[in-house]
Amino acid sequence: MEDIFFLVSDLESSVEGNKILKGINLSVNRGEIHAVMGPNGSGKTTLSNVIMGNPLYEVDSGDIIFKGESIVELPPDERAKRGIFMSFQHSEEVPGVSMINFLRLAYNAINSYRDSNFSQPKPIEFRKLVKSKMEILKMEDSFLSRYLNEGFSGGEKKRSEMLQMLLLEPELVILDEVDSGLDVDALRIVFDAVSSLNDGKKSFIIITHYSRILKYVKPDFVHVMVGGRIVKTGDYSLANEIEEKGYDWILKEVSV
Amino acid sequence: MSREEIKQMKLDYVKYDFKDPENYVYKFDKGINEDVVRRISEMKGEPKWMTEFRLKAFRIFQSKPMPTWGYKPYLDEIDFNDIYYYVKPTDKQGRSWEEVPDYIKNTFDRLGIPEAERKYLAGVAAQYESEVVYHNVKSQWESKGVIFTDMDTAVREYPDIVKRYFGTVVPPNDNKFASLNSAVWSGGSFIYVPKGVSVDIPLQAYFRINTQNMGQFERTLIIAEEGASVHYIEGCTAPVYSTNSLHAAVVEIIAHRGAYVRYTTVQNWSKNVFNLVTKRAFAYEDARVEWVDGNLGSKLTMKYPAVYMLGKGAQAEILSIALANAGQVQDAGAKVVHAAPYTTSNIINKSISMGGGIAIYRGLVKFMKGAVGSKNHTSCNALIIDELSKSDTVPHIDINEDKVSLGHEATAGRISEEQLFYLMSRGLSEHEALVTIVNGFVEPFTKALPLEYAVELNRLIELELEDAVDVGARKVIY
Repeated sequence: MEDIFFLVSDLESSVEGNKILKGINLSVNRGEIHAVMGPNGSGKTTLSNVIMGNPLYEVDSGDIIFKGESIVELPPDERAKRGIFMSFQHSEEVPGVSMINFLRLAYNAINSYRDSNFSQPKPIEFRKLVKSKMEILKMEDSFLSRYLNEGFSGGEKKRSEMLQMLLLEPELVILDEVDSGLDVDALRIVFDAVSSLNDGKKSFIIITHYSRILKYVKPDFVHVMVGGRIVKTGDYSLANEIEEKGYDWILKEVSV
Repeated sequence: MSREEIKQMKLDYVKYDFKDPENYVYKFDKGINEDVVRRISEMKGEPKWMTEFRLKAFRIFQSKPMPTWGYKPYLDEIDFNDIYYYVKPTDKQGRSWEEVPDYIKNTFDRLGIPEAERKYLAGVAAQYESEVVYHNVKSQWESKGVIFTDMDTAVREYPDIVKRYFGTVVPPNDNKFASLNSAVWSGGSFIYVPKGVSVDIPLQAYFRINTQNMGQFERTLIIAEEGASVHYIEGCTAPVYSTNSLHAAVVEIIAHRGAYVRYTTVQNWSKNVFNLVTKRAFAYEDARVEWVDGNLGSKLTMKYPAVYMLGKGAQAEILSIALANAGQVQDAGAKVVHAAPYTTSNIINKSISMGGGIAIYRGLVKFMKGAVGSKNHTSCNALIIDELSKSDTVPHIDINEDKVSLGHEATAGRISEEQLFYLMSRGLSEHEALVTIVNGFVEPFTKALPLEYAVELNRLIELELEDAVDVGARKVIY
């Protein structure tokens, strides 16, 4: 079964009784970069939340397989421990919890699952490790004593997400609308983070409305989502086509 | 049990649920009357004025009605005739650690007071039962004239200071529990800091109740002379018993001109204790008094640390948290009286209710006529963990002067499911995520504590949350 790295099959999901995902099929192999594009309201964010296990999204039917195991019934922490990471479009703010303490909790939780011989690093060693990741993201040390995402600007929140990603070293990364509201410099940071993590064995699903980010992180496959379904799959050229012509032509194709 | 073993012990309630054999030198019968009050005073060899003070207070206690507010069903349960009013554990007080009886040392061991902390502590006055059994003051303070002793000793050795201040901040007729305390008080700390002297290391005391149905009525008096400064820390844990236990303490603080006093308490009473405490400070010109007050445990807590700002420019800060779990009522808050111009006060209260507990913030902010340019800011945040639990805010504001300013903010909220999801998506279990959010909520309080207290508080909160979730009050959605 380990042959299957990541597979979404016939996935249907509702929020508060409204069906949003109407049968999603998606297969991702190790080392692949996939882009899921689509106009607003097509269900992209629902897809990323369902993969991560947000309980506000109900799974009606279908399955999600990760590394040969069905994860569709698992709570979010169990999915994270198995190697899935989602970069949030809107990072939650948690007052009173310092970045460094939060990072330590997450790092220890995930690594003690992955390695039964794992021993928690000493505070000084851990700080060193975090700082090495912060250098990639050009982050100031003062970041670590701030409260988790509290009062962060859009760019700072994105750095916070990327720092968590680099530290937790997931095998499958979902970047949910990672480029929304970011300037070119901040996009560059995301690109640096992804490139630094990407050793050819990690997989990425980039959820995006615009093709901007795809110039930095070039996908192997581009999927177009409309009305809760993946209606078109192609290679990188599909992203270019969408940038030139928008989504209208696909919408027409679908309705025909 | 060795020190190492103690360190490795997982913190759990079993640790607090132990008791030593009741090996007391002298024990009174249950109940209270004038004779009991007289005998307490006699036992202690007190001067006549204190005996008279006690008797007068006892008569007030008899005539005072119970408070008409607070959580009546629990208040009605208190049976004043079913309580021991005096217990004396040892004949003499230990002047050094070696002289402290082994069974008492054993109790401290089990409470896990770290060795390092003992070394760090320059002086420890530890109250075991109704009597302070151990205290040690660094000689350098003694040479500066600082007095840190138990209240009983202070009555004997420093009668002039005690007589001048005792019962002046909290008079016996203040409320029923203050009059009871005034009649039967025993133990507590006495601190006197002379003019201009700063005590750099916090003075600490550990408290425990050990006899079934035993009341604990300690009395603390702190006097900081002009320009003096001191930080006093009092921490409590109590073993669990099946019948009700009454704790009615009185704390009086006098901060003279330009003095600074901080009083830190973290209390974790066992869940059958009635914790009814009167804490009040007088702050004179440019003095600053800070109460840092954490309330966990107990069945019913009624406690409103107060600062009366009596001189121009006096300042007050009252920082408190209350955690109410199943069957518990935390009725806690703050009281500030602005009785002089340009006085400022700041109140921060955080409450957590879970497992069906009730947390109430009750506060009084009073501006007297003439308190021009005075300011108060009050902020109350309540976190309600589950559907069964309750939170309430009862702020009283009494303004008799136009030229004052006042700010009040209050929030009450539940745990955010989105925050839980966010933390869980990083590998934290639902429980770990919950604990992280709640500890974050109380962070403004814990960061005001010495590190070891902060760590202990965070662990206790974690255990309380475990209990609350076991009750099944929080819907488990993952």
